[in-house]
Amino acid sequence: MFNQQSPFIQKAPSVTLVMMLVMLSLVPGILAYIFFFGIGILLNLTIAIITALIAEYFILKIRNLPIKLFITDGSAVVAASLLAISISPITPWWIIIIGTLFTIIVAKHLYGGLGSNLFNPAMVGYAVLLISFPAVMTKWPLPATHLLDFNIAQQLEIFFYGPKGLIDSVSSATPLDYIKTQIFLDKPYELNFSEGMPIRSYFNASIIISLSFLLGGIFMWFKKIITWHLPITFLISLTLISLIFWLIDSSLYLSPFIHLFSGGTLLCAFFIITDPVSGPTTPKGKIFFAFGVALLVYLIRVFGGYPEGVAFAVIFMNICVPLIDSLTQPKVFGHE
Amino acid sequence: MKLLDKIFKFNGGVQAETNKKVSTKNPIKSLPIPSELRLPLRQHIGNIAKLRVKVGDQVLKGELIAEADGNISAAIHAPTSGKIKSIEKLVIPHPSGLPDFCVTIVPDKKDQWIKKTPIDWEKIGIEETNKLLLNSGIVGLGGAAFPSHLKTRNNRKNPINTLIVNAAECEPYITCDDMLMKERSKDLIEGIKLVQSLLGAKETIIGIEDNKPESYEIISKLILKESNIHIKVVPTVYPSGYAKSLIFLINGIKISKEKLPPEYGIQMFNVATIIAIYKFIIHGETSLSRIVTITGNVKEPGNYDVLFGTPLDSLIKDAGGQKIKTNTFIMGGPMMGFKLPSIDVSVTKTMNCVISAEPEMIDNKKEPLPCIRCSKCAEACPVSLQPQELYWFSKSDQFEKAQNYNLFDCIECGCCSYVCPSNIPLVQFYRYAKSEIIAESIIKEEADIARDRTDFRILRLEREKKERAQRNAERRAENTNAEKSKLIEEKRAEIKATLERIENNRENE
Repeated sequence: MFNQQSPFIQKAPSVTLVMMLVMLSLVPGILAYIFFFGIGILLNLTIAIITALIAEYFILKIRNLPIKLFITDGSAVVAASLLAISISPITPWWIIIIGTLFTIIVAKHLYGGLGSNLFNPAMVGYAVLLISFPAVMTKWPLPATHLLDFNIAQQLEIFFYGPKGLIDSVSSATPLDYIKTQIFLDKPYELNFSEGMPIRSYFNASIIISLSFLLGGIFMWFKKIITWHLPITFLISLTLISLIFWLIDSSLYLSPFIHLFSGGTLLCAFFIITDPVSGPTTPKGKIFFAFGVALLVYLIRVFGGYPEGVAFAVIFMNICVPLIDSLTQPKVFGHE
Repeated sequence: MKLLDKIFKFNGGVQAETNKKVSTKNPIKSLPIPSELRLPLRQHIGNIAKLRVKVGDQVLKGELIAEADGNISAAIHAPTSGKIKSIEKLVIPHPSGLPDFCVTIVPDKKDQWIKKTPIDWEKIGIEETNKLLLNSGIVGLGGAAFPSHLKTRNNRKNPINTLIVNAAECEPYITCDDMLMKERSKDLIEGIKLVQSLLGAKETIIGIEDNKPESYEIISKLILKESNIHIKVVPTVYPSGYAKSLIFLINGIKISKEKLPPEYGIQMFNVATIIAIYKFIIHGETSLSRIVTITGNVKEPGNYDVLFGTPLDSLIKDAGGQKIKTNTFIMGGPMMGFKLPSIDVSVTKTMNCVISAEPEMIDNKKEPLPCIRCSKCAEACPVSLQPQELYWFSKSDQFEKAQNYNLFDCIECGCCSYVCPSNIPLVQFYRYAKSEIIAESIIKEEADIARDRTDFRILRLEREKKERAQRNAERRAENTNAEKSKLIEEKRAEIKATLERIENNRENE
């Protein structure tokens, strides 16, 4: 029925191609991850993608939708990958499966499937895991200074049998977690992460990984998959908010630099909040949305109960999207 | 000229593959007079033309066949000399595919002109000239077919400052205006001067897309000495030729939704229309032919100078026939054109281009996916609508919301469908919503009229009932009075009679 009426020509990248380009943009970040944390991330990714595709297949079958058309759209793969990347590489396999199943079945399909989900599926999956398994979810391995430091057998063991006793020997707190814990325990802490501290090596790794995600983000912007509004507003807002607090009291609050290159800041800026389905569509709306996420991320990181606030901030702002969209309609031509 | 350097970019638009080169290789070709011409009486916006001939009549080239019915209408003339064969309903090139009244002429091949009467417009004045234009048959040849005399009409309330000549020709495939500018540029410049004087405009700006460098060169040379005719190159971004977009591109004025360009001192004509007006006023030639681009899936794509009423199949044959046999022909461009109901239609005033559909135009196998709200459509929308929201509202029949999101500002240019990664035929949804809303409003209007009528009838019946009751009461009252007086009269008469009898008896005694 498509070509009964004009336009009779069309030129657009397919949804599948868009999703594949997003996957491609994730590659530098994933490589950096492997460099610092070993192959754990690859195991995460593999199990998440396989789980997502199987879940997608069965759900499509139950919903009586054309399986081939929807399974090849690539959206399930992207959602599962974003979830897998957000999770620590020393996480046992079953946690990833639970998270992925929640992402695909509940957050995506129970809300209506592709194009209808209110919330960012990967972040819903992440939030569920964070609430259910806080201990495992906040443990990150100490980054290796050299790839060969990593014992693949050890990785596999963690993957299949869980961290168990190994955990203390390899894990470390993330910078954000470190500060929070030290404040909580009323112990002294250092905000500048000087050389020689274990946290320093973690932060160095975090900078490189963040820059790799930035690279992928710039590629997506260049390919016109995303516009500048969301990532740039998010990064500028987070910088300004953390700058204000840092200027008020630099002994209590982390510098904007640490906030920008810690946790999932860059991943969030370019890959998480840019999810079109659960995000706003108007240019102004994107600016409001990104600012809202930045504010919430900061508040949760600094004053909330969790070390990282991206998932909750995004989910909360997703609720506001219909309101933001309806209030930020651009002026129609000739209506000024 | 500072203004001429500055381009005011409108939101979005698309840069589609223009496919214009194939049809500009050869000069405009004239066709031999076909064996039959079928002229629809409705080739313009407004009232259908009033028939002035009957079957069997002999007509000369340029003779009036049907005259404009009222002000918003246009006349039809015989494109060549010949005999009226029939007047009947035939399929016309319209998306509805419904037949409409057509006059069929069998040409005598003598191509004999009626006496041409050039107009000395400076002598008779603009108003008289305009009256003559009403029956020139000239309508906007860019595709809108709006009767031109309505645009040249002198409007004291809105004096025209700027004449904008639309030479953008932004739709892919179409090249008829480009070829016209290349080959008849002198007529065009003379025509521009004429129309500019008719309008009383101070200056003219020709808006041309940067994909027509040859035409630009030719015209630039010709207007070197003209101090008040300028040419402005606009980027090749569809839909730059949409009137309001072109005005914005050229002088940064956004024509408001309810207003028309003359209210801003601007009037716009297409290049072909300018030449048609020139030919009518200076040479006394009515609107009888136009340039048509025949392209797409044909062996020799090109431009043809064609008499109105020429059957399309003869045109396709002249373009070397189809490369691959299909039955699908698109009239207009691929972005806004429509599928012709059949090949058995004839050339009309609006037929600027016919594309014999390429296989991919009719055989799109891409399945539509759900909307992922990527807002590519909003980025492409030249009137800054939110197509993704309009799609949602149209699909779920939330027409009021669609209207709140300015559905009726949509110009159906097709940019949103063009860029949609989910292959959603967005424009079709908007057309559906618009037609539903219009149908609904018609039904509502009819219902309102019916309700008013019923209310009035009830009132009338009540009033009549009251009046009748009153009349009856009055009559009854009248009746009783009459009866009473009659009784009294009778009694009196009786008394009188009795008295008389008594008198008489007494006298007898």
